[in-house]
Amino acid sequence: MEKPQEIKKKSFAIFWDEFSKSSFLVILLAVFTGIVLGGVLVAITTNEVYDAFRVSFLSGLGTALRTAWNTYVALFTGSVGDPEKISLAFSSGDPLAIRRAINPFFESLVQSTPYIFGGLAVALGFRAGLFNIGVEGQIFIGAVTGVWAGYAITGLPAIIHIPLAMLFGAIGGGLWGFIPGILKAKTGAHEVITTIMMNYIAFRLVDWLLKFPMHDPNEFTPKTPWILETAKLPRFFDTPIRFHLGFFIAILMAVIVYLLLFKTTWGFELRMVGSNPNAARYAGVKITKTTVLAMVLSSALAGMSGANEVLGVNYRLLPAFSSGYGFDSIALALLGKTHPLGVILSSLLFGFLRNGARSMQLAVGVPIDIVSILQALILAFIAAPAIIRTIYRLKESKHKEELVSLSSWKG
Amino acid sequence: MAPVLELRGITKSFPGVLANDHIDLTVEKGKIHALLGENGAGKTTLMNILYGLYSPDEGEIFVHGKKMEIHSPIDAIKAGIGMVHQHFMLVPVFTVTENVMLGEEYVKAGGILDRQKAADKIREISDTYNLDINPDAYIKDIPVGMQQRVEIIKLLFREANILIMDEPTAVLTPQEVEELFKIMHTMIEQGKSIIFITHKLGEVIEIADKITVIRGGKVVGSTTPEESSLSELASMMVGREVNLVVEKTESKPGEVILEVENLKVLDPLGAIAVDNMSFSVHAGEVLGIAGVQGNGQTELVRSLTGLLQPIDGEARLCGKDITRLSPRDITELGSAHIPEDRQKDGLVLGFPITDNLVLNTYYLEPNSKSIWLDQKQILENSINLVENFDIRTPSPLTPASSLSGGNQQKVIVAREFSRPIKFLVASQPTRGLDVGSIEYIHKRLMQKRDEGCAVLLVSTELDEIMQLSDRIAVVYRGKVLDILDAKTATKEWVGLLMAGIIPSEEEKEKLVSKKKQILMI
Repeated sequence: MEKPQEIKKKSFAIFWDEFSKSSFLVILLAVFTGIVLGGVLVAITTNEVYDAFRVSFLSGLGTALRTAWNTYVALFTGSVGDPEKISLAFSSGDPLAIRRAINPFFESLVQSTPYIFGGLAVALGFRAGLFNIGVEGQIFIGAVTGVWAGYAITGLPAIIHIPLAMLFGAIGGGLWGFIPGILKAKTGAHEVITTIMMNYIAFRLVDWLLKFPMHDPNEFTPKTPWILETAKLPRFFDTPIRFHLGFFIAILMAVIVYLLLFKTTWGFELRMVGSNPNAARYAGVKITKTTVLAMVLSSALAGMSGANEVLGVNYRLLPAFSSGYGFDSIALALLGKTHPLGVILSSLLFGFLRNGARSMQLAVGVPIDIVSILQALILAFIAAPAIIRTIYRLKESKHKEELVSLSSWKG
Repeated sequence: MAPVLELRGITKSFPGVLANDHIDLTVEKGKIHALLGENGAGKTTLMNILYGLYSPDEGEIFVHGKKMEIHSPIDAIKAGIGMVHQHFMLVPVFTVTENVMLGEEYVKAGGILDRQKAADKIREISDTYNLDINPDAYIKDIPVGMQQRVEIIKLLFREANILIMDEPTAVLTPQEVEELFKIMHTMIEQGKSIIFITHKLGEVIEIADKITVIRGGKVVGSTTPEESSLSELASMMVGREVNLVVEKTESKPGEVILEVENLKVLDPLGAIAVDNMSFSVHAGEVLGIAGVQGNGQTELVRSLTGLLQPIDGEARLCGKDITRLSPRDITELGSAHIPEDRQKDGLVLGFPITDNLVLNTYYLEPNSKSIWLDQKQILENSINLVENFDIRTPSPLTPASSLSGGNQQKVIVAREFSRPIKFLVASQPTRGLDVGSIEYIHKRLMQKRDEGCAVLLVSTELDEIMQLSDRIAVVYRGKVLDILDAKTATKEWVGLLMAGIIPSEEEKEKLVSKKKQILMI
């Protein structure tokens, strides 16, 4: 028999083989295909393309290609930066110009940060067989508790205040998730239903809090007071770059979630419950305890996503501040194959797309929604890998792809 | 005369697998043709092609010498081919007549069903073939063996001449098997032809006129029972020498390990599944629980392993009542469980073999220290067990889902046997496995017994029970009807009990003396 080191090496080969055959390649091709189709969509919704087709087929085709190309160039410069501008800024040596030129890249990271937290939340739930649709609501609750700790608790140094405010966000979200968790464990109420309901309660609760108890008296519109300087997540550059500590906290959380899931006995139990609850019971795992704990941890991560936004970007809480981070998180957790590393990568993709979309609209007048369509296309291809496998004539992986086991759906 | 059925060069491949590789098969009129092969050998694929469920990549089908294109079961039925599936396709709340006419209804004027006419025809068929079927009985009220005969009637009703029977004996008691064989003989006397699919060697020798053995999608040989023997067939099927007889030493029963007293357990629907069962298992012996599937075995096992709480009675493991304990508590008392459904309860298919081998010991030293899993240790453990238990896998990190059934079962056996255990519950330990794996698992079970472990063996395979057990408890409708000494018990006796018939003293003596005679010979 081989030595453990050799097996490890071999196992990596197997892993890579499976990975490339089953999922990773499909994801890459799905992104690629989504982008191609998005380009087609841009072309067929642009009037100039039709005008050009009236002239001749070739000029029509040329214009279509050019339009799509320009759109993606704008998307790229909007999310990563314009290489020309960057080199110009650096040669001029003006610090503000440099910061402006590299800002798109860092702004994309800022946009990715809440996604990483949210994606981790969904991924952790999936691993335990839980479909946490309530991330959006948990983000709101986490933002409320985080912002409250940010402005109401005074007299603390930043080194204590920041972690405390983040912790408040986690606790707020965690408590919000505890409710569907305990309902599932005790009564069997399905978490998909309960978390959706909890979302509505969260939205209205936050509306009410902003209007009354937490309303900043100096403002007409519902807003909370500004958080204290000591609670603000430090930024690494001067204006306009908003890149802040939250990004690294998110990465740290991804590492922690990875260790928890794959290196601890508790993660072993959690994944066992997620992939085969019957076998978990057979092996002596307490299913209810694991389920509730997984739900709480998942929502605590979501709560941190909300706290991160108020402590690092907005510095106060406004109505409708999240604009769907929670729902996108479900998609990107699937895109990332519910693995923390995958979540980071897909969060970056979503963050960059979202950030680039704005300047794309400004530069070439393509509506921001094209990015939503792009995301939707990519996700549709990932959800239906058969399409991608057929288009690119990939071989089916040997065993069934078990992306996520949602066995809880059947109770 | 042209043969009734001829398959020539049938080839069918699925992505990555050549399920049928140029298979030739000739079935003659009025003969029982056994198709023998292990699970996954390609028998079912071949029959599905013949029945029109798959279309072959290559090859031709001739019926009565005429080339046929069979694209659907309807074509197959038209060609006179019928199939009795392993899992019956009957509507429980319909009568026999209604089930038989389903899809080919007789109607009177005005579209009204003519049940009478159909029932008459069923009666006629039943008489011709000695099927003993009452057309007005409801399916839910009749025993499994009779349900199977209804399936057969369905085919005869549609005038099928070639009957494919897919593992027909799997669900039957020994008496029912005998009856089925009689019926099969009657059918061939009446000019029908039968393709009998099985992996049970004894049955093939007993009933077949001709035997074709398939291995790895290829025909490896054709023979007849007269020219062949059990061990020859087994080695043809497996591709190597197989030891069919379990080497069993005299048992040395020790102290009582498990004592079950008046145990009562409900099934998930709330009906009484285990009804006042009492028995005990000693160290160093195998107590076999014989019975037709669904007579409370599942619930009994689940209640003894903490997965189901009994409503009444006691079960003491080493003197400790376990009826209120969790699965983990019971495991920690030194009990092991090979579950009935290995994929549902015994394994996490998405996990690698390494993790499946520590599924219930991951939290103990040396597999983990405080909360941290020791992955190096878990890997080393798996390397040892993969070698010791002969688990065929490219790597210990392969997911359990890509192993064959036999190797999946070996993973469970390796996991459960590698702990120090005093008590073992083995529920259907060889269900659906190939001959080679069965041989291996039986050997391991006996080894565990000889080490002084108390073994509770639950199986619906009577041969398995007879071979391995030291004492045999026969269950029927949740009750233990009798506990027999394996040395004197005969297959007929156990079979009667399995059907719920308690033989009288006279009959018992007859059965025992018969066994003695056999032993003397």
